[in-house]
Amino acid sequence: MQHLRNFVIPAFILLAAVAMHGCQTLTEVGSEIGVGTGVLTREEADAIQRSAEDINPEQEYYIGRAVAATILSRYEPYMDSDATRYVNMVGQAVAMASDLPETFRGYRFLILDSDEINAFAAPGGFVFVTRGLLRLCSNEDELAAVLAHEVGHVQHQHGLRAIRQGRLTTAFTILAMAGAREYGRDELRQLTQAFEGSIQDITHTLMTSGYSRRLEREADIAAVTIMKRLGYNPSALIHMLEAMDRNLEPGRRDFAATHPPPSERIRDIRRVIGDPGKPVAPEVRQARFHEALGGVIR
Amino acid sequence: MKMRYLAVFLVFFSLSDAVPAQERMSVQVREGQLREQPSFLGRVAATVEYGDRVSIRETRGPWKMVSIDDKGGWIHESALTSKRVVLQAGDEDVGPVADREELALAGKGFSREVEEEFRAANRDLDFSRVDQMEREWGVSVEEVSRFLREGGLNGGNK
Repeated sequence: MQHLRNFVIPAFILLAAVAMHGCQTLTEVGSEIGVGTGVLTREEADAIQRSAEDINPEQEYYIGRAVAATILSRYEPYMDSDATRYVNMVGQAVAMASDLPETFRGYRFLILDSDEINAFAAPGGFVFVTRGLLRLCSNEDELAAVLAHEVGHVQHQHGLRAIRQGRLTTAFTILAMAGAREYGRDELRQLTQAFEGSIQDITHTLMTSGYSRRLEREADIAAVTIMKRLGYNPSALIHMLEAMDRNLEPGRRDFAATHPPPSERIRDIRRVIGDPGKPVAPEVRQARFHEALGGVIR
Repeated sequence: MKMRYLAVFLVFFSLSDAVPAQERMSVQVREGQLREQPSFLGRVAATVEYGDRVSIRETRGPWKMVSIDDKGGWIHESALTSKRVVLQAGDEDVGPVADREELALAGKGFSREVEEEFRAANRDLDFSRVDQMEREWGVSVEEVSRFLREGGLNGGNK
């Protein structure tokens, strides 16, 4: 009985302390215990507690650049300046209406010359959409829905969350140990390895495995919010998904391989926006959409 | 024995960080715009740079009215961080164990230096296309503003 008391009382006090501590996670508590017992240095403990959320916008930008370079090594950009400019105009409007309008060097949008039905968002705001996907858009609101979904992934930092924790712990440990001094050769090598691994984690998720249904739903909800803020018809997202549902071919290397079935997403989105109705695009939006993208979607 | 339990309790409780009132924040984007109104469609009154420390005068939704030197204006909260951004390598304020809750080290971690190492090891990746994407496809707020107005759309983030 005495033995039990020796265990239960400290455990109760520990739990009470954690509960009073509010936001502190078990990882944080464990790390502090590690420091207290000498198993971990302070730098290691802090690094373990760090997650993708602690990556600052400057670092996110460099990760995004490398992911974008990887995407552009597998896809050719579509060189039509009127079309690209128009996509950037809609994209910037969408980004400005998101909860993360400011990234380190701003958002950029590019059309990929591919028949695949696909879109990618690299961290920091590098967004790509294929000609195959643009062909399914019948108006500006539907294009905005596609781009808003991708901006939603950037806003929620879904790309960064695909990075394995071990790579982040390596990076944050070196960051903590080195402070602002110049890196030694070995530190730079380890950082570059962690960076390279991070890029692989993200590109594998974007191009092969896809995000979880929960994260796709987060991006869809962000898209609906953005559409409403701008005055675009949010039901354009549903019409877009219905078009994709009709055109996706299971087994192909595209949206179908990396996203939950459109029908499931439509069900979730309907719960958020209610009865969709038929989107009515004002004439001026319809005219500029066809003028800019006529060549792309032909 | 009871004193030992009390000590354990106090150690954990002391780990809580009191959250100080935020009166100053740092710019965490390369260049930020200070606007006359709390909206992206507001005219740009001045610009601030990465690492600039601004004083918060007022908050309206996601917008902060800030001032620095003789400049002032509204900036979206996503351009700001409560951390102090340290720009200079070798800054004496930053010891080997910086107070990581308070400091963000510019140019460190996954940085230009690491990108250069990565590029040297991955010569098949063409970063010039990314540079081109950044350089050529920026559109000004004025252009977006006109685009929204002509399309019968709203300013969005208010």
